[in-house]
Amino acid sequence: MNNSVEIKNLDLEFGAVKVLQNLNLEIGKGEFLVLLGSSGCGKSTLLNCIAGLLDVTAGQIHIKGNNVTWAEPSERGIGMVFQSYALYPQMTVEGNLSFGLKNAKLPKDEIAARIKRAAEILQIEPLLKRKPAALSGGQRQRVAIGRALVRDVDVFLFDEPLSNLDAKLRADLRVEIKRLHQNLQNTMIYVTHDQIEAMTLADRIAIMRGGKIMQLGSPDEIYGRPINKYVAGFIGSPSMNFLEGHLTGDTFEVGDVSIPMAGYDFANGGAANGAATLGIRPEHVVTGELVGNAPFQADVTVDLIEPMGSDTVVDCQFAGARFRLRMDGQARVTVGDTIRLGLDPSRASLFDKDTELRL
Amino acid sequence: MSSERPSQLFRNKSAKIAAIPMIVTALFVFVGGTAWTIVYSFTKSGLLPRLRWVGLDQYERLWSTNRWLVSIENLIIYGLCMLVLVFVIGFILAALIDQKIRFENTIRTVILYPYALSFVVTGLVWQWILNPEFGIESIIQAWGWDSFAFDPLYNADIAIFGVLIAGLWQGSGLVMVLMLAGLRGIDQEVWKAARVDGIPAWKTYIFIVIPMMRPVFITTLVLVVTGIVKIYDLIVAQTGGGPGISTEVPAKYVYDMMFQANNLGQGFAASTMMLLTVALVVIPWAILEFGGSKNRG
Ligand SMILES: Nc1ncnc2c1ncn2[C@@H]1O[C@H](COP(=O)(O)OP(=O)(O)O)[C@@H](O)[C@H]1O
Ligand SMILES: [Mg+2]
Repeated sequence: MNNSVEIKNLDLEFGAVKVLQNLNLEIGKGEFLVLLGSSGCGKSTLLNCIAGLLDVTAGQIHIKGNNVTWAEPSERGIGMVFQSYALYPQMTVEGNLSFGLKNAKLPKDEIAARIKRAAEILQIEPLLKRKPAALSGGQRQRVAIGRALVRDVDVFLFDEPLSNLDAKLRADLRVEIKRLHQNLQNTMIYVTHDQIEAMTLADRIAIMRGGKIMQLGSPDEIYGRPINKYVAGFIGSPSMNFLEGHLTGDTFEVGDVSIPMAGYDFANGGAANGAATLGIRPEHVVTGELVGNAPFQADVTVDLIEPMGSDTVVDCQFAGARFRLRMDGQARVTVGDTIRLGLDPSRASLFDKDTELRL
Repeated sequence: MSSERPSQLFRNKSAKIAAIPMIVTALFVFVGGTAWTIVYSFTKSGLLPRLRWVGLDQYERLWSTNRWLVSIENLIIYGLCMLVLVFVIGFILAALIDQKIRFENTIRTVILYPYALSFVVTGLVWQWILNPEFGIESIIQAWGWDSFAFDPLYNADIAIFGVLIAGLWQGSGLVMVLMLAGLRGIDQEVWKAARVDGIPAWKTYIFIVIPMMRPVFITTLVLVVTGIVKIYDLIVAQTGGGPGISTEVPAKYVYDMMFQANNLGQGFAASTMMLLTVALVVIPWAILEFGGSKNRG
């Protein structure tokens, strides 16, 4: 039994609303799994089912090989961290960390030892005597993580833990969570709608939509070989360019442009014919000297420039559609310039026009 | 634009002008009225106020009047029982309704409904319900339990508890609604965190939720306590102070002295004592609550 958490045919309904439908998921021991999806897709609902905070309609949940479908949250061997921190405001940090343990009648020295360890790991020792109101957002969330840590469990559940923090703190705490995972090697299930968090933290990402898992894979797979057009558009910023056209054998035709697709790794082995969508990430469009090596080249006129420091996003018209590409921040371009771009079909994605599945 | 900083006094001019009538009313009616009452409590005013000083005579007489002593005792018994029970009942009702039950709106309205009635109606209703010949006692006896006796309003020793039942019936709804609003303001994630920590629901209420509801509790406390101190109409409608003087209360003593016994001075002395009692409770609390706020948070 190598899986830490197994979810089998899980259904969850709120009255007539089916939020999760026949969901299956296996999470390995020590794995960092991120549930990623837009707001309202059922991520928190799934996490609450795993935690036991919601009663499932059908299906089973196993944690460490035990069927915990009907077990109380506290008996499942999980710790949970919430977006709003959910600290107990009238208790000190120490009180927050110890309340659950005291309630479970753990010996005093054991409680003290666990709090000491958690406080060291999270560097909150100087805060132990303070109340949550006297802490910053980042400190509060550390305490909330500490409360999960002292439970000494194998599975950590995070529900958008960084969404209430400002950008700088979010980046700092993200790194700390990653480091925590590297040191502890616990199983972590992490819910977010932020793709950067997902890409940076995850061993595997599960992209959710409408209560279903659309794609489950490593960040590389999700980014490089999105299974359908939705995933392709959801991951990556600025998002992928889509060109609506027609695929005939090895050639993709859009308007009067023909793009040779030789080198593209078709999902079902061979090339396909019919209406299709070609997806190209802005960062996979080459410009400057590199264009010479690209199998396909074209000239475009610059419409708009968004300098971002490290790189510059350029808007232009290509094959009758809005097209964005990412250039080095040092590149000198101005609106109205004509630049030559190159595309590499092996890094592009092709989707069926009707099913939107990867070809 | 003038470069000078405008005077603080003239900022928000319209708001300040709009507040003037209220400030004037407060000053003249409340402060002025209070001062006037206190001053005249040291006089021998009878049917009409008259400035004939008698020193502390009115107070000496007050504290040697049995009826006043009974009134104070009743207020303490009624007040303490009311305070504890109305909070317990109101909170438990609110906690039950907060379990996302069905027909919440209906139940909430039914329980709050008594609060919309005047105390006079409540008093009369409960006078009938507790009447041995028409109310609970007669109904239960009619069912066959002949020896059943429940007539608190006719027993001087426990009559005040008959009033307490009516007061609770009327007041619990308001406490429940306030508590429910407070419970709804608690972040659901705190509940979830407590469940993950394995804290039983009753402990979560006592150690986490109720401490978080402190502001709601204070507001409710103020409403309930003022309601208790000024209790008058319920007594008049339900028992008239009887049997004998067993359900007399201070506010009724004041009213009777001033408008029936034609002894204004005595009424003023009694109301000054009531004011003093309230002040003794409110001022220390206000100092604790607001005075220390500079040092906190
Ligand atoms: N208690 C509830 N009752 C009814 N519908 C709910 C409830 N909680 C969530 N939902 C619905 O379930 C869907 C998924 O919610 P949620 O899991 O919170 O989404 P998210 O992915 O943003 O965390 C949403 O459409 C939401 O409206
Ligand atoms: Mg959510």
